[in-house]
Amino acid sequence: MRMILLADPGKCTGCKLCEIACSIKNEKTHSPASSRIHAVKWMRSGIYIPMVCQQCDSPTCETVCPMDAIKRDEETGAMVIDYDRCIGCRMCVVFCPFGGAGIDAAHGRVIKCDLCRGDPVCVKFCSPEALLYIPATSVNLLKQRNAAERFSELMKKMLTPP
Amino acid sequence: MLCGIPALGSGRCDIAAKSPLTGAIGDSNMGGFFAPELRFSGFDHLVVKGRAKKPVYVWIHDGEVEIRDASQLWGRDTFETQTMIREIHRDDEIQSMVIGVAGENLVRFANVRNGMKNSAGRTGMGCVMGSKKLKAVAARGTMNLEFTQPDKLLEYSRQMNEMIMETRWARAQSRYGTMIIYSNTNTTGLIRCRNFQYNLMEKGDVLECENMDEYSVGMAGCYACPVQCRHRYTLTKGPYAPLYGEGPEYTSQGAFGTMPDCASLEAVLVANHLVNMYGLDTLETGNMIAWAMELYEKGIIDNQTMGGLKLEWGDSEAIFELIHKIAKREGFGSILADGMRPAIEKIGRESEYYAIHVKGMGNLQSDERPTPSFALGIATSTRGADHLRSRPAIDLYNLPENMLEEIYGGPVSNDYTSYEGKSRMVRWQELLYAVVDSLGLCKFQTVFCAVHAPKFEEWTKLIEYSTGMKIPKKELMTAGERIYTLERLFNNREGFSRSDDTLPERYFKEPTPLGLPIAKGKKIDRAKFEGMLDEYYRLHGWNKMGEPRKSTLKKLNLENEPSQLL
Repeated sequence: MRMILLADPGKCTGCKLCEIACSIKNEKTHSPASSRIHAVKWMRSGIYIPMVCQQCDSPTCETVCPMDAIKRDEETGAMVIDYDRCIGCRMCVVFCPFGGAGIDAAHGRVIKCDLCRGDPVCVKFCSPEALLYIPATSVNLLKQRNAAERFSELMKKMLTPP
Repeated sequence: MLCGIPALGSGRCDIAAKSPLTGAIGDSNMGGFFAPELRFSGFDHLVVKGRAKKPVYVWIHDGEVEIRDASQLWGRDTFETQTMIREIHRDDEIQSMVIGVAGENLVRFANVRNGMKNSAGRTGMGCVMGSKKLKAVAARGTMNLEFTQPDKLLEYSRQMNEMIMETRWARAQSRYGTMIIYSNTNTTGLIRCRNFQYNLMEKGDVLECENMDEYSVGMAGCYACPVQCRHRYTLTKGPYAPLYGEGPEYTSQGAFGTMPDCASLEAVLVANHLVNMYGLDTLETGNMIAWAMELYEKGIIDNQTMGGLKLEWGDSEAIFELIHKIAKREGFGSILADGMRPAIEKIGRESEYYAIHVKGMGNLQSDERPTPSFALGIATSTRGADHLRSRPAIDLYNLPENMLEEIYGGPVSNDYTSYEGKSRMVRWQELLYAVVDSLGLCKFQTVFCAVHAPKFEEWTKLIEYSTGMKIPKKELMTAGERIYTLERLFNNREGFSRSDDTLPERYFKEPTPLGLPIAKGKKIDRAKFEGMLDEYYRLHGWNKMGEPRKSTLKKLNLENEPSQLL
């Protein structure tokens, strides 16, 4: 079953544990510039939004890659860079509308999230559960349940005599 | 040493100098995001010597350090300053530690700030930066932090985060922040109201943490923190709206709620925002205001002294007005801006009895009369009345005594009103906090309020996986002892001694008037207190006057410590 890395900006607390864990797991070192995920923050309004590759169904990165170096891993559903083919032209970095592909400062190569080969480390470090790795089919069910919860509270109030 | 690891709030930053508030050692620790950014820019420590002729800020990026003109930043509040620095360098990832108008005006308890909420609040480090005309230190880095065993560090860090989140304390913090403490202290009678007149606030229900839900839009975390103990709040009504802020901490609940007897959560939120904007220590500001209100009530200061301002208990407008006046050093505010001791000199000796301070620094809103361990902690703290040097908050939990003995390495009473074994408890906590501050981890994620939180044993592993150094628990504790003894040497050199390790007179004279039976009618027994102090010095290896013995210095390799010669 296809799994999805779901980021919920409403739950993110901006602690950046996801960034650190991502960098250490994938680069064996810690630099925010090596992380595939970023908690984008607005200090004056307290808005935090985790940004990471969306593993699109029609990925721009795949379309613009002149070397066919970005392919879907059928097992994990992630778009993965084949470094034997990648020539580092950074077209994927330029065209991705989300900033899903970036450049690793230490090695100067293109990096993007590959869902940690099907076991994303960021999710394990996210204690407010702003990041979830769940079956694609349950994404909207989860959202429906959250939305329905608000209705259910209202209904409970209506049904309870004053 | 561990700043930047993926665990336990590893974004701590420590700022130290001789304190302009107390004349003793000054240092203040804050979370947030500045410290890791400094490391990514290639630096672990900064030493700032001398002073600039005109306002400057230090700009550090990927191995480079520049001193830049800050004339356009001078006069700006702490939020604007950070935003402007990001605009100047066109980089939203820059992290800055800045001072506000209070630091510029040399308010002796001005703080240093990062983000909306993180404050190195105590001992006036913002005043020191202001005296150096140093408006900010800004950092931005993309350099690597290397670890000797990254895979092990990652896995163990995950376990550490789970370990802390398994404690009830951390889970409560994630929901309510440190405001949860209030539910315990105000119902028991461990909190100061009307400066020091009562030990609980009768109208205090409005300040309960559940009431924050009306204003909170979610929680926020410091760097690498699984707990996330602060609210993100908005005010949409009233003269100060619209307003976005973070917090408030338990300290602000007391500073602008219980101490001045102000039964309004909105007032606490506004005052919290104002002190953050000006760069004032919330606790010291609240102490000065509550003290001034008591002096006003007792007729020691009057309308004329105050320039027409009435200082009635609970008047939120008076609180706001005094915050403005202190930060801008206007009128009576300028007297308060110097801190308790200089203010006592100016207002008059009769004001001294009402000042709740140790070594010149005001206390938390806590009332330590029913809790001798807490009382000993604030009396002996090297930086003045201060709960964060030693507070053994688990003393309140009535834990089994064999569990306490296992932690503290000797007999400790599990009755928090007892004096037995409390010296041992305080000394152990001092070592623990000295080490955790040095490691750059968060104090709340150790044995502060949870017994099963990480401590020395766990840190030895984190150190090994990060740096490769194998430092056994015993050596870590010795490092803590070395740090605390060094601070003691500094203070001794500055003229502090046993007579300064004491409590305000009211702790010995006035019994607590309110609270549960366990907390009511309590005052500190002077003889027992002196006994605790003797035992505390003995455990540290200091003499009766609180001076480290020669043998202790030798054991700690401090015989040739150069600061003794300065």
